[in-house]
Amino acid sequence: MPDAKQGTKQETMHVNLKVKRYDPADSGGKTWWQEYEVDIHPDSTVLDALIEVREQNDGTLAMRCACRASICGSCGMKVNGSAKLVCKTRAIDVSPNGEQMTIEPMGNQHVVKDLVVSLDTFFAQIKRVEPFLQPDHVPAQGEYIASNASMENLLTSMNCIMCGCCVSDCTVLEVDSNFIGPAALAKAWRFTEDPRDGKRDERLKMLNDEDGGMWDCTRCMKCVDVCPKGVAPMDRIMELREAAIQAGNTNTPGYHHTESFYNSVKKNGRLDETRLAIDSAGWTNLPRLLDLAPIGIAAMRKGKLPPLFPHKAEDHKKVKDLYESVEGESK
Amino acid sequence: MKYAFYPGCVARGGAPELYDSALAVMERLGIEHVELTKAACTGAGVLQEKNLKMGDILNVRTFAMAEQMGLPIMVLCSTCQGVMAQANHRVKKDPEYLAEVNKHLAAEGLEYKGTTSVKHLLWALIEDIGLDKLKETFTRELTGMNMAPFYGCYMVRPTDALEFKANPTRETSLEDLIEAVGGTVTDFAGKTACCGFPILFINQANSMKMVANHTGTAKDLGADAMVTPCPLCHLNLDGYQPKARKQVRGDKADLPVIHVPQLIGLAMGMSEKALGLQKHIVSTKEIVRMAEALPTRI
Ligand code: SF4
Ligand code: SF4
Ligand code: SF4
Ligand code: SF4
Ligand code: FES
Repeated sequence: MPDAKQGTKQETMHVNLKVKRYDPADSGGKTWWQEYEVDIHPDSTVLDALIEVREQNDGTLAMRCACRASICGSCGMKVNGSAKLVCKTRAIDVSPNGEQMTIEPMGNQHVVKDLVVSLDTFFAQIKRVEPFLQPDHVPAQGEYIASNASMENLLTSMNCIMCGCCVSDCTVLEVDSNFIGPAALAKAWRFTEDPRDGKRDERLKMLNDEDGGMWDCTRCMKCVDVCPKGVAPMDRIMELREAAIQAGNTNTPGYHHTESFYNSVKKNGRLDETRLAIDSAGWTNLPRLLDLAPIGIAAMRKGKLPPLFPHKAEDHKKVKDLYESVEGESK
Repeated sequence: MKYAFYPGCVARGGAPELYDSALAVMERLGIEHVELTKAACTGAGVLQEKNLKMGDILNVRTFAMAEQMGLPIMVLCSTCQGVMAQANHRVKKDPEYLAEVNKHLAAEGLEYKGTTSVKHLLWALIEDIGLDKLKETFTRELTGMNMAPFYGCYMVRPTDALEFKANPTRETSLEDLIEAVGGTVTDFAGKTACCGFPILFINQANSMKMVANHTGTAKDLGADAMVTPCPLCHLNLDGYQPKARKQVRGDKADLPVIHVPQLIGLAMGMSEKALGLQKHIVSTKEIVRMAEALPTRI
């Protein structure tokens, strides 16, 4: 089929695609890989290549797209294993020397057909954070006023186009579908930071206490890496944690872990691993401590338990002085 | 080559075999080093959750010490590498911020000008020594040994702070090393994922699932061992593998997880003891046997 067009285009690029297919109608759902080859203009995107496949080679290939300008958020897919908006991804950047590229539907979401995933998972996560303003008063007259600076601060998160790329590649969602996920947490941050919202404390407490809340993120940075809009969800999650701590939420292992680490370095200039483990579990949490013990004993038999007395950096007193100068500054 | 050596807390604490094997390999290669004994912890990204600036100050202090010595920093840990690279990136692109950070260092007579580079041993071997030169020190090829790479998040993301564009070999550094020692790469999707260590004490069930998935998948694909440049990944993937595999897959821990210099040491013909391989939780006996059965050249 592409032959028919040969000669009409001066410059073409040959693209090799390996696409993961899924047909729910085929005996209860069948998955297979299918290879395609198309010729496209070298400036084309991966989406252009897929559309070419659908129009010229195989009309049964299901995919979703609309704006073709990275605005609508509907064309998220995995390209060579990592989530991308295919309309924003040039084919030549993915395969500069004509290497075969693999295209799969996004991860951590239910596949409807071929490259199309259902939006249900994504929006169920978003709904958990009550993604709407909840002011605690009605202004005496006129509208709710917010400063320019406070709105500019929200831009990172407000740039989210709900494409689901971050959810697709989140390493925690891979093992725990109850995790609220990067997009929803970035959205939650947008409301805790909005000066017009009246439920900041409740929001922080909920995300702090909830199973699958802000402390379950592993800080793997995948969401930062794949987000096409610079939302940097993990950075927003770190800000949520800091805000939650400052708002007095000190009941989580996550809090104790951060606090213990901070203080260990303050005291020793270095980390005291034994203390970190115990502090994170909580001194009074006997089941958790017993849970850690066998591993400690196994390690000790192999001659590698961290020393009971923490190893100090030679200059640990200078480190302590530094802490004090920085802490003094923020008071 | 000479480096300001920053082994990191884990190599000095929970993973002493990493420290010992790194020194052995560096000595064989004639790499000189001065250990930065006065430097503090990088903060590992955890301290940064509470106070980002404090973390940056501690790291810039370390950079300034190396700068005074006129040496690049060498680290042994993906996390140290990543956290330091991010701090360096932040202060280098923002002179005002650097000046502010420097204010806190003045009392110690330190000032960072922004010239220190930070390199993991793995990168230094590839970029500064070169794999060909490295190969000259090998006494055997690890033919037939299947190795699954496991990078650790901080060695692969974020790519701008890690300067992947300027140093394209960093993206495939582990695979390149495995091939250089004569081994076969067991490629698997989890190689750039998270080992689960940061949530070990926070959500252990999820952390165990990550450990079991990565080690189990690599084993199913035929790996004889997993290689990692990160001692924190090692702590989780090795130390917690018995528990994770039992809990999640109902099987036994059967995939040894070795440090980068241990892999190199095996190719250099070093002994199990010299490399601290007997200190692992998951037995490394089988891979030591495999390596020792291979022909040696002198
Ligand atoms: S940083 Fe956290 S939220 Fe983002 S992908 Fe990793 S685990 Fe998920
Ligand atoms: S945060 Fe980024 S990756 Fe996630 S849904 Fe929004 S735009 Fe997409
Ligand atoms: S990041 Fe880890 S290994 Fe590196 S210095 Fe800190 S605790 Fe030690
Ligand atoms: S995989 Fe885990 S321990 Fe290793 S670098 Fe990433 S977060 Fe750290
Ligand atoms: S088609 Fe709209 S974002 Fe790609």
